[in-house]
Amino acid sequence: MKAIDFKEIDGGLPFYLLVGAIGVFILAGLGAAYYMEHNGHWVTGMNNQIVWGTPHVFAVFLIVAASGALNVASIGSVFGKAMYKPLARLSGLLAITLLVGGLAVLVLDLGHPDRLIVAMTYYNFKSIFAWNIMLYTGFMGIVAVYLWMMMERKMNPYTKIAGFGAFIWRLVLTTGTGSIFGFIVARQAYDAAIMAPMFVIMSFSFGLAIFILVLMGLYSWSGRPLGDAILIRLKNLLGVFIAAVFYFVVVYHLTNLYGTENHGVERFLLLDGGVYTELFWIVQIGLGSVLPLILLYGPAGKSRLWIGISCLLVIIGGLAQMYVIIIGGQAYPMEMFPGKEVIESSFYDGMVGYYSPSLPEFVLGIGGVALALAATVVGTRVLRFLPVSLADDMIEPYQSGADA
Amino acid sequence: MSEDTGIDVYRRRFLGNTAKAAAGLAVVTPAVFLHEVGQARPADQPVTSQVRWGMLIDSGKCADGCDDCVTACKTENGWTGHNRPLSDPQWIRKVKLRDKETGYTQTLPMLCQHCEYPPCVDVCPTGASFKRADGIVLVDKHICIGCRYCMMACPYKARSFVHEDIHDQKPYAPRGKGTVESCTFCVQRVDSNRTPACVEACTAHNHGAMVFGDMNDPDSEISRQLEQYSSRQIRGDLQLNTGVRYRGI
Repeated sequence: MKAIDFKEIDGGLPFYLLVGAIGVFILAGLGAAYYMEHNGHWVTGMNNQIVWGTPHVFAVFLIVAASGALNVASIGSVFGKAMYKPLARLSGLLAITLLVGGLAVLVLDLGHPDRLIVAMTYYNFKSIFAWNIMLYTGFMGIVAVYLWMMMERKMNPYTKIAGFGAFIWRLVLTTGTGSIFGFIVARQAYDAAIMAPMFVIMSFSFGLAIFILVLMGLYSWSGRPLGDAILIRLKNLLGVFIAAVFYFVVVYHLTNLYGTENHGVERFLLLDGGVYTELFWIVQIGLGSVLPLILLYGPAGKSRLWIGISCLLVIIGGLAQMYVIIIGGQAYPMEMFPGKEVIESSFYDGMVGYYSPSLPEFVLGIGGVALALAATVVGTRVLRFLPVSLADDMIEPYQSGADA
Repeated sequence: MSEDTGIDVYRRRFLGNTAKAAAGLAVVTPAVFLHEVGQARPADQPVTSQVRWGMLIDSGKCADGCDDCVTACKTENGWTGHNRPLSDPQWIRKVKLRDKETGYTQTLPMLCQHCEYPPCVDVCPTGASFKRADGIVLVDKHICIGCRYCMMACPYKARSFVHEDIHDQKPYAPRGKGTVESCTFCVQRVDSNRTPACVEACTAHNHGAMVFGDMNDPDSEISRQLEQYSSRQIRGDLQLNTGVRYRGI
C-alpha cells in the first residue's frame, strides 16, 4: 500500500490571482450587505409578505451543503471505506468553509447584523434558531478537532471516534436546519416532519456535488493528478443521493396531496404557481434531478466534463429547490378564514405573495459562495489538505477495503 | 449592609464554625429587603398573570369602509408608511371577507392576536419576542436581531419588519429600523388604565365593534359578553388561546 503524501498547494502569482479574483466577489457581497443595511430592506425584493428571500436561499443551501460535504470523510472514518480517506481532509475543510459562507450570508441579511453578539449571548432555548446557532458553532469546533486528529500523526488513533462524533453532529445539524421549516405550523407548505430527513438527504446530494466540483477544480488548477477511479466512485454515489432526494420530494408531495386541506398549496406548487411551478418542474426536477441521473449513469458518466456538468446541475437544481421551499412556501397565502375568500385587504391577505429578487440580494448570496471558496483555497495553501496525487495507482490499493 | 455581611462570611469561613449560617443569612437578607420595598411601591410592581388582557371584535358591527381603528393606531403609535405598501408596516388592518358558498360579506380588523401560546415567542432565537404575564405579546427592540423568524411563524401575518429609517417616533412606542414590530395592545395606555387607541376610536364613532378588558375578571364587560355570546378564535385549530376573539365569523 502506498502512503498518501499530503502537501500544500503552490503559492505565487497564480494563487494570489485566484484568491484575488474570488475576493472581488466577496467585496461585492460585503458592498451589497452594506447597501441593504444602510438603506433598509426596502431596497431588496423582500417585504412584509415574503420575509425571507434570495439571501436565505443561498444561506440555507450553503449550510445544508456544508454538512453534506463532510460525508466523504464520514464514509472513510465511520464506515471504514479506505478509498475515501485521502479525501477526508478536503471534505472536513469544505464542511467548515461552506458553513462559514452560509452563516455570513445569513448574518449579513439580518435587520441588525451588528447585534451578532446579542444572538450569541441571549438564548431562547425553545427556538430552533437558537439550537441551530449552537449546532453550527459546535459543528465547526468538532470538525476542526476531527481535522486535527486526521492531520496530526500522534492523534491519528482518535480519528475514528472524532469522525463518528462529527457524523452524528452533522445529522443533528441538518435535522435542525430542516426543522426551521418543518416546525412552522402557520404555513401550509411547511409543518411537515419529513422536512428534517429531506434536508439531511438534500445535504448528501448538494454537499457531494460541491465536493466533486471543488476536487476537480483544485486538482486541475494545481496540476495534480486525479484518477478516474475516485471520480467514478464519487459520481455513482452522487447518483444514489440524487435519487434519494427525488424520493423524498415525491413522498412530501404525495402526503400533502392525500389530504384535501393541502390541495390548494399543492396546486400552487405543482400546477399554477407561476415561477415556483416552473422552477420546480423544469429546474429542480428536470435539470437538477432527471438530467444528472441520465448523465451520470449513462455513457456520458465516464466523461469528466459531463460529471462536472452533472454536479453543476445538481447545485442549480438544489438552489431551485431551496427557492421553491423558502420563497414559494411563503408566497402561498396563509389560510386564516376557511370557507371564505378575502376580497379586500391592505396587507395582501389571501393573495399570492409578491417577490422579485433584487441584485443586492443575489450579490450577497454569491459573496457567501465566494467566501467559502476563498477560505477553501487559502486553507489548502496553508495546511496539508490535498494529497499530492490521487492518480489511480495511488488509490487502487485502498479499494481492497484495507483499513489504513 | 450586604457588603458587611459578605466580609463577615469570608472571615467566618476561615474561622470555621458558623460559616453556613452566615452565608445563609447573606443570601436571604437582601431578598427579604427587596420584597418589602416592592410591596411598599405598588407602581413598581410587575404585571401579574391575574390579569389577561383581551379584545372582543364583533364583525357584525364593524362597518364596511370604516378604518377608524387603523387610523387611530397609526396616530397613537406613529407607524405611518412610505407609500410602499409591500414593505410598509401594518399593526392593524381591515380585511373584507366573502363566504365562498353563500356570498355573505363582512369586514373585520386583524391585529396581533396576543396568543397565550404565541408561536412568535417560541421561535425567537434571542427572546426578543416575549409575552408579559398579563398576556400582552411584545417585541424587545433592543435584542431583536431582525431575523424575521417570528414573521414566518405567526399564523396571522400580524408582524411587520421595519424596512427603512424612522423619524418622529412616539417616545412611548419605540420602533427601530431592522427590527420587527406589531400591535402592542397600546401597552402604554393599558398600563395607565386606558383602553387601546383602536377600541377608543371604534367606541367614539359609535360602532362599538371592539371591547377591551380583563378576560380573567368575571365582572368585566369582555368576560360578560364572551359568556353571553358565541365567539371564536381565528385559527382556533392551532389551540393558541388567542387574546383577540371574534363574533360573527
